[in-house]
Amino acid sequence: MEQQFDTSKIGMWLFLVTEVLTFGGLFAGFGLMQNKYPQEFVAAHEELKRWAGATNTVVLLVSSFTAVMAVLAARTNQGKKCAMYLWTTVGFAGIFMCIKAYEYSVDFSEGLFPGKYYSHHGDLIAGSHGYATFFSFYFMMTGLHGLHVLIGMFLMGWLAIRAKRGEFSDKYYTPVDLVALFWHLVDMIWIYLFPLYYLIT
Amino acid sequence: MSTHTEHAINTKVETAKYLATLVVLLILTAITVGASYINFGSGNIVIALAIATVKAIIVGLIFMHLLHDKPVNAVIAVAGFVFLGIFLMFDFIDVGTRTDPQPANYHPLPTATAPAAAGAPATPAPAADQRKE
Repeated sequence: MEQQFDTSKIGMWLFLVTEVLTFGGLFAGFGLMQNKYPQEFVAAHEELKRWAGATNTVVLLVSSFTAVMAVLAARTNQGKKCAMYLWTTVGFAGIFMCIKAYEYSVDFSEGLFPGKYYSHHGDLIAGSHGYATFFSFYFMMTGLHGLHVLIGMFLMGWLAIRAKRGEFSDKYYTPVDLVALFWHLVDMIWIYLFPLYYLIT
Repeated sequence: MSTHTEHAINTKVETAKYLATLVVLLILTAITVGASYINFGSGNIVIALAIATVKAIIVGLIFMHLLHDKPVNAVIAVAGFVFLGIFLMFDFIDVGTRTDPQPANYHPLPTATAPAAAGAPATPAPAADQRKE
């Protein structure tokens, strides 16, 4: 059993590395385009709401804490507590998605669309592709991140139901541990997304 | 963490450890937001990314258990970031050392604006694009 657990965990870490490299490619592209359009990127980031980004950072950090507490509860044979922590984590993830949806809706109402759909008025450097490029990266990266959040919510809800049934114990808590690892990675990616998109000056 | 070799998990100690970690992460978030309101010039991005990296390392070591886990997981995680670093490094070495690259046989159109602007207004635009790339 222990060997199975260790093997699963190595597999999960390998998957997480592929995730890091996926987002790493996007971060590289963002960096290169920022290099090409420095003024436009700084101007475009002013359109994002710093308080929303900061709140979401706090929400995700707290959800990471509740996720690790769920693992601890599973390891110490507290199935109900584990389920409670998992549902709490799902709740925080929901708050994150609501704030993100609000941000998106405000962006869209201002014409801040990705790529060729960009229709925002009053940009300083008229006709530059830099603004649209910024929002292409913004929606691509936060969208992909949001998809990960949704997948994480689904997985944790499923595990919460299983935890309540008492399926996890100190002998077997592999799924809880691996999904928590996934969740921490999602948090880690946001830790980088937040300063790069919301705090660049 | 192994299931059989470790029987005694002190829940209180672990909880306190995770709570302290969360508090540190929140403080770092507050610092990074605060620092973004102060103008350090090009230092802002360095500070923001340094704090983000510290936060990511803390999450990895404590929340993802790398500190007390079997070393193989940490090796995999670090290897991932090392290769990402190599990737980013060559990317930025490339861009950072570019001097407006142009083919050796490239000749700018002989004052393209004067004759072309009158005849075909479409031609100057693609020429400008070529020069940029």
